[in-house]
Amino acid sequence: MAFTFAAFCYMLALLLTAALIFFAIWHIIAFDELKTDYKNPIDQCNTLNPLVLPEYLIHFFFCVMFLCAAEWLTLVLNLPLLAYHVWRYTSRPVMSCPGLYDPTTIMNADILAYCQKEGWCKLAFYLLSFFYYLYGYTAFSAICLTLKIMQYLENIHTF
Amino acid sequence: MSTAGFNSQNGTGTGQTYTNGPSQNPVALQQPPGVGYGMNHQPAYNPMQTKVLGPPSPALYASGPYQPVPPGPQLGSYPPPPAQPLLTRPPIGVLPSHTPPQSASPGPGPRQAQATPPAQATPPPPAVTSTSYYTGPPAWQYAAPRGPAPNHVNPAAAAPPHMSHGSAQPPGPGAPPTSIHGYPQPGTAPPPMNPPPPHTYQPNRPAYGPPPTAPPAGPPGATGTPPPPKVDGDVAGNGPQAPNSYNHVDNRMAGAAQPGPPGRHLGHYPSLPPGYQNTLAPPPSSLHPALQAATQPYIQGPQPYQQQPGGPGPDQLSPSMAAMSLQSGTPEALRVVNLLQERNLLPPAPVPAPTPCLTQDLQKLNCSPEVFRCTLTSIPQTQSLLNKAKLPLGLLLHPFKDLSQLPVVTSSTIVRCRSCRTYINPFVSFLDQRRWKCNLCYRVNDVPEEFMYNPVSRSYGEPHKRPEVQNATIEFIAPSEYMLRPPQPAVYLFVLDVSHNAVETGYLSVFCQSLLDNINALPGDSRTKVGFITFDSTIHFYNLQEGLSQPQMLIVSDIEDIFLPTPDSLLVNLNECKELVQDLLKSLPNLFEKTMETQSALGSALQAAFKLLSPTGGRMSVFQTQLPNLGVGALQSREDPNQRASAKDVQHLSPATDFYKKLALDCSGQQVAVDLFLLSAQYCDLASLGCISRFSAGSVYYYPSYHHQHNPAQVERFQRDLKRYLTRKIGFEAVMRIRCTKGLSIHTFHGNFFVRSTDLLSLPNVNPDAGFAVQMSIEENLDDMQVVSFQAALLYTSSKGERRIRVHTMCLPVVSSLSDVFAGADVQAVTGLLACMAVDRSVTSSLSDARDAMTNAAIDSLSSYRQSALTIQQPGLLAPACLRLFPLYILALLKQKAFRTGTSTRLDERVFAMYQLKYQPLAFAMLMIHPALYRLDDLSDEGALNINERTIPQPRVLQLSVEKLSREGAFLMDAGLVMYLWIGRNCHQNFLSQVLGVSSYAAVPEKLCLLPELDTAESQRTRALVSWLRDQRPFFPSLHIIRDESQLKPHFMQNMIEDRTESALSYYEFLLHLQQQISK
Repeated sequence: MAFTFAAFCYMLALLLTAALIFFAIWHIIAFDELKTDYKNPIDQCNTLNPLVLPEYLIHFFFCVMFLCAAEWLTLVLNLPLLAYHVWRYTSRPVMSCPGLYDPTTIMNADILAYCQKEGWCKLAFYLLSFFYYLYGYTAFSAICLTLKIMQYLENIHTF
Repeated sequence: MSTAGFNSQNGTGTGQTYTNGPSQNPVALQQPPGVGYGMNHQPAYNPMQTKVLGPPSPALYASGPYQPVPPGPQLGSYPPPPAQPLLTRPPIGVLPSHTPPQSASPGPGPRQAQATPPAQATPPPPAVTSTSYYTGPPAWQYAAPRGPAPNHVNPAAAAPPHMSHGSAQPPGPGAPPTSIHGYPQPGTAPPPMNPPPPHTYQPNRPAYGPPPTAPPAGPPGATGTPPPPKVDGDVAGNGPQAPNSYNHVDNRMAGAAQPGPPGRHLGHYPSLPPGYQNTLAPPPSSLHPALQAATQPYIQGPQPYQQQPGGPGPDQLSPSMAAMSLQSGTPEALRVVNLLQERNLLPPAPVPAPTPCLTQDLQKLNCSPEVFRCTLTSIPQTQSLLNKAKLPLGLLLHPFKDLSQLPVVTSSTIVRCRSCRTYINPFVSFLDQRRWKCNLCYRVNDVPEEFMYNPVSRSYGEPHKRPEVQNATIEFIAPSEYMLRPPQPAVYLFVLDVSHNAVETGYLSVFCQSLLDNINALPGDSRTKVGFITFDSTIHFYNLQEGLSQPQMLIVSDIEDIFLPTPDSLLVNLNECKELVQDLLKSLPNLFEKTMETQSALGSALQAAFKLLSPTGGRMSVFQTQLPNLGVGALQSREDPNQRASAKDVQHLSPATDFYKKLALDCSGQQVAVDLFLLSAQYCDLASLGCISRFSAGSVYYYPSYHHQHNPAQVERFQRDLKRYLTRKIGFEAVMRIRCTKGLSIHTFHGNFFVRSTDLLSLPNVNPDAGFAVQMSIEENLDDMQVVSFQAALLYTSSKGERRIRVHTMCLPVVSSLSDVFAGADVQAVTGLLACMAVDRSVTSSLSDARDAMTNAAIDSLSSYRQSALTIQQPGLLAPACLRLFPLYILALLKQKAFRTGTSTRLDERVFAMYQLKYQPLAFAMLMIHPALYRLDDLSDEGALNINERTIPQPRVLQLSVEKLSREGAFLMDAGLVMYLWIGRNCHQNFLSQVLGVSSYAAVPEKLCLLPELDTAESQRTRALVSWLRDQRPFFPSLHIIRDESQLKPHFMQNMIEDRTESALSYYEFLLHLQQQISK
């Protein structure tokens, strides 16, 4: 049972990470647009802010799943990002709506560069973890499969 | 579109009107007395200061090391005579570290130098260039009379690059033709075709700015004075007599007002002024003339423009030139100062801005330092060099400053670079007559046909003599491409707090009286609209529609969901409904006399006001006297009075809610600016409320403890400030874009605005008292550049409904050695920018962080100077002369109200001080950082200024230390927003009786805010000085006369920056601290 739940977690994480990769790409594109003057910062923040919490929650969600599945290594790998997310959201500017980005400060070169860098780092992290989950998933599936086959073979032998 | 205005003006009679001529619009002249392009700053342009730091040239070598100068005396003798500018540079042999950026040609240099001295005076460009222009002289010479013809027959064809305003202002799809009537108002303005009657259409005009024919009077600081008397009489008089001859000069601009603008020999094709050639950097040979010109003293200004083969002058002048050039050897700015030993560092007069070490010609054209200032007047070549210098790189701007001389150009096409949209400016280079090279992106652009004609001199084929290319500060009347919608009318909405607390303070009657007095002086035209909203726990609107017998008050008590009761009649045309408005203003103070309502629903009132203004845009003036505590935007008191003096970190510097910020952004989107007047004795949470002004480009005024009876000084300040506020110039729906040479980029903006994109500020309103700061970074190396340029373009709608663009361009040299970077440091600008950065830091991080950062800035730059730029290691705390005031200013910042710790400071006052540091133009911010101290009891007329037949004594500025005070004297401390006159206990009887009108020290009243008007010489001198100091700034500093026992004495003493206080180091201790950190 435990094996299959872990495999399910990996499969779920795989799908959700794919979604997170798209979030990260969206994030990078958005900040690039800001930097090259294509978009008004107010509009841009209005489109980006609603996406922040979903992203954090998705990540939190599969971290909890791994916790339940007792996948300690995977959990430990994800903890730094989880901690970063918590820190980032607690140190956000005073805002009445959910989100992180304040249109009045976003054009500051430091903040803009930080956000861009953050986007790239996250993209890299999500990509790596995507392959890690893929590997985890296939590994678990393979283990499950071999176990099942062995079980099956044992059954045959017992006959 | 653009031709419409052109044609309509062509129809005015002669058929020969030139719309693309420069004109002086009367609006531009609007200016308060005394605020000009500071004539008193002229020393800044003293050629003596010009550092020869440019590219290698004979001149450099001639002036520098070849001057046998005894190194000794200069090092010891520091204090310059009072009138002398700070940065004069006596030649010093010891510091050869001041090397030219490129030391490529050391060999030929000296030799050439000795051979060329006479040539140094010849500014004209190399013969090669001028002859190359001569390829077609006959063609243009004879074409000249018909020059205008193509221009006006065929204007559309003449303007191939269709100029629209960047991405920010795309050609307004909806700009209806009706909008045209708004802007080319200068039906009065276009220069007439017929030369003879020059004054008919410009009645009272003072000298037309810098007419292109004249020496451009380049440094705007000098624009107040007529150009040097380089009159070529017969040529000047020649014009009107021979209107059609090819060498006719139209002197109507210059000639009418300024006697004797320099004439020109007109038969020749004038070659480019050296300045242009200089920017054509690559061929080093073409640089020489420019550099040689750099050694010319300023008074020779017109010289370059008279460069005629065989013309008068240059050669004859050469000996004196050579003498001059010898003076500008090693820069004074780099003289090593041991701060621990030299005590009297403060110059006796206000510190002038350093002059960039540009060639004379470029410097003459450069933007006034009052408008545009850079922290490093020599831009480092690479970011790593900048990092090494540890000084911040940034600009300080005062873009909408009231100017006494502002050339205004009406043109159907505004010439701009096709790729980066830079406006053509004095620092572009003309490759030939038909092409110019952008100085920001280096693209080569075509010169439009129209631009070939110079309407000032009425000659053809001299694009480089157009006013656009002769003035670093210029204003264009923008055609309709620059409009997104028809220019908005001037709309003023006043939002007044009428709760019990507000009525107690009694501000309402002062406000109503001020507005009544100034109602006709409100800037605007026939479309001007006004409206009023008052609020306590409910919102009151006033129906002022024409036809009503008296104003009608409409009360909306549903503050949760605010609506406008009669949207159409709340904002009314001022001219049509003036009587109703006046009725309202007269009755308003009495209307709420007995109110018992204590709550304040400011948030809802602001929402209502926003709804009212959003269809048009405009200005909202909010008067608030207490913490808003009802409805949306309600705030709680966050200040703990016991923590005011704590040495720990100060909390609550950031806003408590984002309601005001969001509303401000909405306002900004609808072109509404909110100005906040806070009159309150209690905590009002300015940190939160201030956002409403900060992001909508408004201004914040704060009158702590305002009360109509108990605090007359604040009342007077409020009255004066209101008068200025109501009558000052205003620009609506403005945007400001700052462009800089490729390789540089904008890092952060400071001030009140909303940043709409990386280089664009959205300013719903712009006022002449707003300053801005910009942090820059160097993204690409500036290796192959000699100079870089910055251009600030402010597009706004004037109160008369014209769309205008004010463009300022500044040019600065690029240097490659660290010592040159230090030599060019502008200590005041550095301090101003650091203050802005520290404000940001204290809000985002913490106050102690900000304080540490400022101290570190001083430590880092001085230690970097010691390690990298200093050749001789000496003990002590060494600083280059140009940075010798840096530690003092940093200490002053640490003791400034905004950043001090350990001294009881109310949170609102601290936040207000922070706003001021960011918002005030540098000159005023500096006074707030480092007040000026004068001794008043021995004022004399020695060295006095004479302005309008008033003699204004100029006492020397004293150090801010109690040791400078004496009990026998009386001292004036000018701290920007407030002045203290401290009377010593044993003050001369003479001063007490002649100035204060009291018999003895004991008789000086406890609270005295006014100097009595006595008919004595001493009294007149003192009052002249105080009122002169006041006239120089757009706000009104209140004067407090204090004795030893006065309550305000601690405030006075807190400004004694060099002294030790319980919680802060003395100047000497601070220096020791720095030294300790540096030698670590």
